[in-house]
Amino acid sequence: MSTYTDIRYDYNLPSSVGGAMKLISEQTASASSSISFTSGIDSTYRTYMFKFINIHPSSAGTFTFNMSTDGGSTYAVTKTSTFFYARQNESGTPTGLSYETGYDLAQSTSYQILTDSVPVNNDDSASGYLHLFNPSSTTYVKHFLANMNNTYSIECFITGYGNTTSAINAIDFKFASGNIDSGTIKMYGIA
Amino acid sequence: MSTYNAIRYNNPYTNAGSLILLSTQTASASTSISFTSGIDSTYKEYLFIFNNLHPATDGTPLLFNLSTDNGSNYNVTKTTTYFYAQHSESGTGASLAYDTGSDVAQSTGYARIAESTGADNDQVSSGYLHLFEPSSSTYVKHFISCFNCYQSGDYSLASYSAGYGNTVSPINSIDFKFSSGNIDDGTIQMFGVVS
Repeated sequence: MSTYTDIRYDYNLPSSVGGAMKLISEQTASASSSISFTSGIDSTYRTYMFKFINIHPSSAGTFTFNMSTDGGSTYAVTKTSTFFYARQNESGTPTGLSYETGYDLAQSTSYQILTDSVPVNNDDSASGYLHLFNPSSTTYVKHFLANMNNTYSIECFITGYGNTTSAINAIDFKFASGNIDSGTIKMYGIA
Repeated sequence: MSTYNAIRYNNPYTNAGSLILLSTQTASASTSISFTSGIDSTYKEYLFIFNNLHPATDGTPLLFNLSTDNGSNYNVTKTTTYFYAQHSESGTGASLAYDTGSDVAQSTGYARIAESTGADNDQVSSGYLHLFEPSSSTYVKHFISCFNCYQSGDYSLASYSAGYGNTVSPINSIDFKFSSGNIDDGTIQMFGVVS
């Protein structure tokens, strides 16, 4: 006789069930020097999305990322990128929209800056997301699009490409100095 | 008494995920990629994700248009904005600017959504476009897009475009193409966004 368990699992759900955006991994910082995703980035998904929720530093600094083609042994993919921001201070000034030449990269293996300097008051943090396109391609460069906001308020717009035809299989996030005191990073795969 | 069928279907599966993959099209020396079905009142928002679109012709921007007659004509009147950020591999040319040559004002022509992608073997564009409530018969049809392009002059070139199809007729098809030449390679996926 069938049991309830049999009934629950003896049915193949339609492929659309659960949606096309799957949570692959979630990591919560706790005085972490960095947060790396060293598994789950492969040809399973064409597009990956990372969500950053209340990333809080131990010391004021920019939040950054880099990619790896060797499973996370080294994070040093060559990148060319753009960076601009819109900002307004809590006091109402200054305001503006501007390109930031100090935060972009030109064929550099350095970490890419994703935010302006995030302050360290108890309620300060940065949140946002990053899309990584087709990291497993062995033909094309690896485009990324990111949009972050940190307290001030400063909204940062970052795009670029990992200038490599090797597959990207790991990604690392950290502050330019100091730890990630708290915060969550979620990695999703999109069909 | 509940039947097996009742058990199977008495679950809100359609609400289980925020994105529902409706269609995937892969270019292969394609003049354009059109989605002529699946755009209807089922979803209030549609998301198109573009992965590694590679042009046959060097330096060609990506364009799109909308249709209200199932793809017989792509000529919906549009008004758009377009700005970009760029930075070259040599470290020069960093800038952020509005591009008056890439927007359209009440035009039925194709509108630019990504910059002039290079045709070198590793050069592509990727990005996304949101289309809001295309089935509305009351309001205009807003869209928002963001792309990054490996530009033909070896720039990383980000493009941000938004606008609206200025029609109260339902949009039921959408077409993407390069301004000249084929889409040699790449995929475009259409998702319905669950409210």
